[in-house]
Amino acid sequence: MASTNVISAPSQRMSSRRGFSYYQKQFGRIASMGFLIFMALLTLMPFLWVVSTSLRTPAQSFNLPPQWIPVDMDFTNYQRVFEEIPFWQQMANSFFITLSVVAGQLVTASLAGYAFGRLKFPGRNILFWVVLATMMIPGQATIIPVFIVISRVLHLNDQLGALIYPGIATAFGTFLLRQYFMGIPDDFEEAALVEGANQWQIFTKIYFPLASPGMAILAVLTFNAKWNDYFTPLIFMSTKERFPITLGIVDLQGYMATGSISVVLAGIVLSTIPVIIIYILGQRYLVEGLMMGGVKG
Amino acid sequence: MVSKTAAFSEPPRRNFIGRWLAADTLSGIKRQRAILGYLFLLPTIIGLVVFIVGPMIGSLALSFYKWNVFRAPEFIGFDNFERLFSDARILVGYRNTAILVVMTVTLLEVLAFTLAMLVNRIANRFLSTFFRTAYFLPVLLSGAATAVTLGYLFHYDFGVINYYLGFLGIEKIKWLTSSDVVLIAISLTTVWRNLGFTFIIYLGGIANLPTEVLEAAEVDGASGLRRIVRIVLPLLSPTILFATVTDIIKMLQFFDEPFIMTRGGPGDASRTVVMMMYESGFGNLEFGYASAIALSLFIVILGVTGVQFYLSKKWVFYR
Repeated sequence: MASTNVISAPSQRMSSRRGFSYYQKQFGRIASMGFLIFMALLTLMPFLWVVSTSLRTPAQSFNLPPQWIPVDMDFTNYQRVFEEIPFWQQMANSFFITLSVVAGQLVTASLAGYAFGRLKFPGRNILFWVVLATMMIPGQATIIPVFIVISRVLHLNDQLGALIYPGIATAFGTFLLRQYFMGIPDDFEEAALVEGANQWQIFTKIYFPLASPGMAILAVLTFNAKWNDYFTPLIFMSTKERFPITLGIVDLQGYMATGSISVVLAGIVLSTIPVIIIYILGQRYLVEGLMMGGVKG
Repeated sequence: MVSKTAAFSEPPRRNFIGRWLAADTLSGIKRQRAILGYLFLLPTIIGLVVFIVGPMIGSLALSFYKWNVFRAPEFIGFDNFERLFSDARILVGYRNTAILVVMTVTLLEVLAFTLAMLVNRIANRFLSTFFRTAYFLPVLLSGAATAVTLGYLFHYDFGVINYYLGFLGIEKIKWLTSSDVVLIAISLTTVWRNLGFTFIIYLGGIANLPTEVLEAAEVDGASGLRRIVRIVLPLLSPTILFATVTDIIKMLQFFDEPFIMTRGGPGDASRTVVMMMYESGFGNLEFGYASAIALSLFIVILGVTGVQFYLSKKWVFYR
């Protein structure tokens, strides 16, 4: 405190102004706390509005002022969601797509990350730069040829596979896991060789488990990105029974435009639960992963 | 790998490979590891070639063709690009995208930096966890769910936002139906969903600064502000550059929110470049032209990355 005051007011009147600067500081504290609370309200209010409005009867859902605290809760909107769209089917699709991509990425990225991080072979560095360079290509730049490959070559149009296969190889995940494998000391490998382990065992029994924090980051990030993906399913899917839930919600909004918004909001609440659960379980990994560079989508 | 008893019964050629790969010599281990390396890379390389590298080349090739799926592709040289440069609607799309990028990214960086500085100096652990969770929560939502929800909140008649603005004596605003404000509404929606992401990046950057620097910036008022500008911002420049470029690239590919909230309307007032690519490709089946649009966007993104690379060498202060 004393030292900072010397920097800010090195005059003789310093002591007489201390009273003023004390109040100024307190005011600054209160103002900044006020700003933080205001911003927290702005980010949280839409969530509260979605939940409380989803619990109001359809006739009341347009009422203003909005009723922030749901008093007499009405769950009929949630039942309506199941009647209007094949909700469970669409949730199951989302789960199937998301979990397949997560599992696929964990396998391919841990293999490739291990190869780049711990194995030596001719051309390793060039291949690594090629893989990194693909990260710069935005998904939209390649979507038309990908669509042609999926629909004309693989004949997967309107199949869940159309949303799974293109997502399995991941440059970002390879890069992420390479960093993890590189951070593990060589001693483990030498000890294992002395014990008579072969190369495959060294990978599966020693290095794969040790890289699990990196895998958790990749899994949580990919889950979040894939579950929330809207653009790719919009292009590949045309039958309601094959939609993932992101498309289902927008579809639901389509019918309900003139009807009740509380049904749509009930759908949003239900479709967000899995991501919230993943966040609660893997919060640390999600935040860490986003700070490391984030994924596209 | 190959057992010694097997070597007797197998033909000589196999025996040779077996010995070549034998793990009991140092060079054998090296060879094993090299082969394993290629095998391990195979799934990733195949996936990236089929779904990213190949399509990128395909996109490049396709942009020289006229093709609507039903008829054979017709080579038309640079026609798609000539059309691209003279297409007034594409210009509008780029203008809208540019406005959205500038507005959204400016808001994101300023708000995220301010919030991160303020949250960082909160000593109370409960409070700081509360704020961090509150700001981060919207990141979990999909662009689709956000667009639907905030679309309702921005509604002219029954929207909550206009209702509360009424208290401040502000007249109802046609957020989504007036071409003057629609980009603002969409930008605010995007800021709402992405703020937590940028905030977390700044929080990480600030946490890595030396504590004396932050204490110096603690002093409120003009002198504190000057210290933030002179000391904190330069030290934080790697974080600022990373966050800004990531956000710019994300916003250049903007699609979900305007597509769901306004379908690009009113008129073309909120149509983005990616929406135009989507519509010419999957709406009008002009795959060649759509590829040319996609390619133009890719070049813009590449340019932004190039500027990042240049700046990070010249301007960013690395400790």
